[in-house]
Amino acid sequence: MIPKKVKEELRVRSIKNGSVIDHITAGNALNVLKILDITGTTKAIVSVAMNVSSKRLPFGRKDIVKIEDRELVPAEVDKIALIAPQATINIIRDYEVVQKNSVVLPNVITHVVRCPNLNCISNSREPVYSKFRVLDSFVLRCNYCETIIDSDIAAYLI
Amino acid sequence: MFKKRHVVSVRDLTREDIEFILDCSERMMPYAKTGVRVLQNRILALLFFEPSTRTQLSFDSAMKRLGGSTLSLTSEESSVLKGETLADTIKVVEEYADAIVLRHPREGAARMASEISRIPIINGGDGAGHHPTQTLLDLYTIKKESHLDDLDIALLGDLKYGRTAHSLAYALNMFNANIALVAPEGLQMPKHIVNTLDSVRLAENVDEVIRDVDVLYVTRIQKERFPDPNEYLRVAKSYRLTLRVIERVRENLIIMHPLPRVDEIAPEVDQTKHARYFKQAFYGIPVRMALLAILMNGAI
Repeated sequence: MIPKKVKEELRVRSIKNGSVIDHITAGNALNVLKILDITGTTKAIVSVAMNVSSKRLPFGRKDIVKIEDRELVPAEVDKIALIAPQATINIIRDYEVVQKNSVVLPNVITHVVRCPNLNCISNSREPVYSKFRVLDSFVLRCNYCETIIDSDIAAYLI
Repeated sequence: MFKKRHVVSVRDLTREDIEFILDCSERMMPYAKTGVRVLQNRILALLFFEPSTRTQLSFDSAMKRLGGSTLSLTSEESSVLKGETLADTIKVVEEYADAIVLRHPREGAARMASEISRIPIINGGDGAGHHPTQTLLDLYTIKKESHLDDLDIALLGDLKYGRTAHSLAYALNMFNANIALVAPEGLQMPKHIVNTLDSVRLAENVDEVIRDVDVLYVTRIQKERFPDPNEYLRVAKSYRLTLRVIERVRENLIIMHPLPRVDEIAPEVDQTKHARYFKQAFYGIPVRMALLAILMNGAI
């Protein structure tokens, strides 16, 4: 029988330098990668763990994303709050956590979410990025056409 | 306070802003037919990317009454046909004029233009979006022909897609109006707007509310919103305002409509003392004159 400690390490090993996004709402790890613009062509080593047991999150499940050799800055990670409001970001240097931050929902988000209104000017060929005001957590209002998104924000991620 | 400001949405205006514009409109009233030369040598660009005869004519008339002149560009113009973006058009036209009235088929076009332009953008309607000068002239009509404070008003018709009604409800709420929303099933005002109104009542039938209001604001029910033409005919008929419907209403009830109307108001209603929709259309001139003068001169 494999000891518990070893089992955990097999699943996601510690990283030497980089960022660990922990406590992501289960099922949203891939959306987090999308928000961070991490695609199949990214050079960084990325580990994704899904549906790991969690004492803190609802249903006892969470996702974790580890990105090696890249330290995320607040402006990039705050967008994550849209889909994973309880996420925490740990910055790792030489296997040590040197910084631990929660995500803070910004007042305005630009070029993260597409406006569901196809006739909105932000969905045209004009040189303009989509822009939403964050009214409450999970309620967004388009800066241009004032369309409201109040459910399934992940479906509109750019 | 207003010079060089953009007027994109009623949401950008405070109650004080609106009262200021309505006061200026009242002072402009004596000149709405004779004119007053306060904007000589000023140029207003009318960029109409979709046809709207009424709005275009009334801005054109208002600017000329103020002694200024206008430039017009429509979607038939060569630069547009060649595929120029709205952003580029704005950057070019802002060098030719002192303010721009923009009508565009896409929602949010005026907001985007206001982020680019150095000269005031007045939203003349963006798709199914905002049309703030319509709301201002509606408020002026209500103030002039009825009263603004503690008003009892019913909004009737397509309250889901008709954003004239959304903007008006939003503005009237600033004046503590009691608002009744009368719409057929499926065309009720969206919840996120209803929730912002302090005194609101929902109804499906105009008979439920018509005796309790000072103003009845009728909007068009558009045929294209109904997949079934028979369903449209049934709803349109039940929302038609006839002499029978307005029996036993308040003595001073006024009936408004942003026009053009189709079948919502029977022509015989025009002859009653309640009809105000043609006067409402005329008030577009003093209100737009006032707005142009304060945006370009800062005062009137």
